[in-house]
Amino acid sequence: MPHRLIRARATLRAVVLVVAVSALGGAAPEQDKTDPLADQKAFQALFRERFPKVPFADFANGPYAVNAPMRKQWEDIMQFPPYDFALDEGKTAFETPFANGKSYADCFPNKGIGVRQEFPYFDTKTGEVVTLDGAINRCREANSEKPLPYQVGMMASITAYMAETSRDKPFDIKIPDDPRAMAAYEAGKEYFYTRRGQLNFSCASCHVGAAGQRLRGDILAPAVGILAAFPIYRSDWGSMGTIDRRFTSCSAQMRSEPLPPQDKSYRDLEYFLSYMSNGVPISGPGTRP
Amino acid sequence: MASTIRVRAQANGTSTDVQALIQHPMDSGFVKDANGAAIPPHHIETVTFEYGGKVVLTADWGPAVSKDPYVKFSFKGGAKGDPLVVTWVDNLGKTDTVTAKIS
Repeated sequence: MPHRLIRARATLRAVVLVVAVSALGGAAPEQDKTDPLADQKAFQALFRERFPKVPFADFANGPYAVNAPMRKQWEDIMQFPPYDFALDEGKTAFETPFANGKSYADCFPNKGIGVRQEFPYFDTKTGEVVTLDGAINRCREANSEKPLPYQVGMMASITAYMAETSRDKPFDIKIPDDPRAMAAYEAGKEYFYTRRGQLNFSCASCHVGAAGQRLRGDILAPAVGILAAFPIYRSDWGSMGTIDRRFTSCSAQMRSEPLPPQDKSYRDLEYFLSYMSNGVPISGPGTRP
Repeated sequence: MASTIRVRAQANGTSTDVQALIQHPMDSGFVKDANGAAIPPHHIETVTFEYGGKVVLTADWGPAVSKDPYVKFSFKGGAKGDPLVVTWVDNLGKTDTVTAKIS
């Protein structure tokens, strides 16, 4: 900070100082306190106002909710969902027991059926956000199996099956009364609104500010409900991908350095985004252009 | 192992609309893997649709066809409940076949 001040021009420095002093002196304590529920209401209201004709549950369908021609193509494609093969593979893997005789069903509430909407959750024991993908690998490791690679392949297939059993169940993310959970929420929120990369975009630049508009040939999905359809078969990829795959490719598209999959920042971001989408039904697995 | 072929055939009086999706890598032979080694060609060469003992469509496919290809066509005739046999053969001699029911 001192370096920056020294380098700044004298006039600029004066402005910075004035702002700093007023921020210190006049800041209202209520503004510093995070109120996730109020955030969520405001966030959802913004999209309801922006797209008054879109039923709230339809935000689970991303760009198709806000663009009629794309929706038409999607309905055609859904006659033969390209994720079908992955879904079969995931179902088989989910039902196949591990070497020790246990299976994925033993690691999840309700035997792993219809639980996608509760992920990610904040684990008060470890003090970390646990995503569905993370929980699957935790389960494997607890049963002496090797963890699956994130982003593609079997991880996408298994989460596809788990999402499919949870379809139409609204996101139900809870923030427990724990300062660490609040910190994770705030970190996710900060990540979402922070500009980064050579293009100087934040997640919000596209998915809030320009939601429903074009980015070259693509329609930008509204941020609310944006994770409801994961994992997705993306035609651009020609294969299935998880939330991690989408986050890393988003990072790269903004020309910033992608983080490793399941990085704390990505998990916190998923936590924030899913919490903002509470009430939007799970529609995964999905297809995207 | 589940079938690599998905078929939906719908009779609408005078003709039958057929859609099929086939799971196949369709490697062209021109792509290299992460180590720079060429991925050998592996693609479907022929797909046939048979109805009532007669071939109603033969498709000659090559390396230019996409991965997990999709095909849609219609033929004259066809009745609800009748079987439609779909078969593919690839350049490695692998094959799969499925008998779908027209709905």
